[in-house]
Amino acid sequence: MGFFEMTKTALKTVLSRPVTILYPYQPAKKTGLTRGHVVQDGSKCISCSICVKKCPSQAILLNKEAKTWQIDRFRCVVCNSCVDTCPTKCLSMDTQYTAPASKQGVEVFTITYVKPPKPEKKEEPKE
Amino acid sequence: MTKQIIVPFGPQHPVLPEPIHLDLVLEDERVVDAIPSIGYIHRGFEKLVEKREFTEYVYIAERTCGICSFIHGATYCQGIEQIMKIEVPERADYLRTIWSEYSRLHSHLLWLGCFADSFGFENLFMAAWRIRERILDVFEQTTGGRVIQGSCKIGGVRRDIANDKLSGMSRDLDSIRKEIGELTTVFLNDDTVRHRTRNIGVLSRDDAYHLGAVGPTARGSGVAIDLRKTGYGAYDRLNVPVITDSCGDCYSRCYVRCKELFTSIDLIQQAITEIPDGPIDVKVTGAPNGEYFMRAEQPRGELVHYLKGNGTKFLVRSRIRTPTLTNIPPLVKMLQGCELADVPVIVLSIDPCISCTER
Repeated sequence: MGFFEMTKTALKTVLSRPVTILYPYQPAKKTGLTRGHVVQDGSKCISCSICVKKCPSQAILLNKEAKTWQIDRFRCVVCNSCVDTCPTKCLSMDTQYTAPASKQGVEVFTITYVKPPKPEKKEEPKE
Repeated sequence: MTKQIIVPFGPQHPVLPEPIHLDLVLEDERVVDAIPSIGYIHRGFEKLVEKREFTEYVYIAERTCGICSFIHGATYCQGIEQIMKIEVPERADYLRTIWSEYSRLHSHLLWLGCFADSFGFENLFMAAWRIRERILDVFEQTTGGRVIQGSCKIGGVRRDIANDKLSGMSRDLDSIRKEIGELTTVFLNDDTVRHRTRNIGVLSRDDAYHLGAVGPTARGSGVAIDLRKTGYGAYDRLNVPVITDSCGDCYSRCYVRCKELFTSIDLIQQAITEIPDGPIDVKVTGAPNGEYFMRAEQPRGELVHYLKGNGTKFLVRSRIRTPTLTNIPPLVKMLQGCELADVPVIVLSIDPCISCTER
């Protein structure tokens, strides 16, 4: 009596398309919100280093003298914390996963942001 | 007298998803006693609480477990909110509940798959995981992460779900309910499954209570404890039925989890109809000063987060007690007297998550 409970499911599986995809030959499923990897836009970064402090896995390093922003993809846990806290929105989350790598290394971005000159103070007329 | 021999089982074993080691004392094919030992994947999360700000620790608390990660994050956040006396917006409470119940669906389906695998029913394992994939897709569409959601934060949630998306999810759950119905029929009615689970690993009601069993392990033995009844999050506004079974064997534990899948779907649909509009987070200022025991119902049972702060940005102590730890003494009791071939089924029946247990 309870022997052929699986038959319906099994038949459906045989007659339907495979559920799995042949990654990496076929692209992985992605949505608009998928957290793939962090990308930095050097033209907007003001070197405030908030992302460095807020990173729970200490994957980000900022060098103010050399004007570089670097991320260790092996340490990064893709939590979106830096993207959320960036005051100038120079960090963004790309939906593409990073490619597998066999050697550990850091990805270095150059900061090209130039601080705009302060507007000169108008001399107040002396009384 | 029969000669006793000791057979080591685990930490690496085909049926074990995670490393637990059991020394099985055998007399012929019968298990007389089992000596469990853990400690293979300790990661030092509790110490890390002193080095990370309490707002960043949410991401680490979530990574305690890869299956019920959302509930870990939400429990930690609720604990901090209780210390700091933060009132969370109602919509955030409901969203947390919806994601928690999705976690439960995902965890129970994963478990059903692993359980089928433990008694050698590979096809059923794949059928269960195929449905689970649809749950993970919903996670990815709403939070951005399939396994680690990262959508909870102190003072609310980080992402909102649009109302039309919520109603789409509710409609989608109707078709998932149908698929789960077909799946659970196999688990509960098929003779081959019943043959491997009925009267195997029996835990009496008294033993379950006195040895501190929690979650479906306790409910399968007839102890009606469900932390969702305490009304944290939005559970106080929802109707939560507690599912129990009286036999206390592997089949009962499977039965409880199968029925809980439908309970979770009902709870999500109920929450989607009742969810109010409004803000999803409040601004958090200051630092936690005080201590709190936060308890929540994980898919595996009662989860406890003990948090202690001293008014700085770094917590002084975090202690996580996970359901698997409390389910190990009942497991030893279940194993006593069973056949060696039934050991994998019994170990899997408590849904062990050793990564959680060792943190």
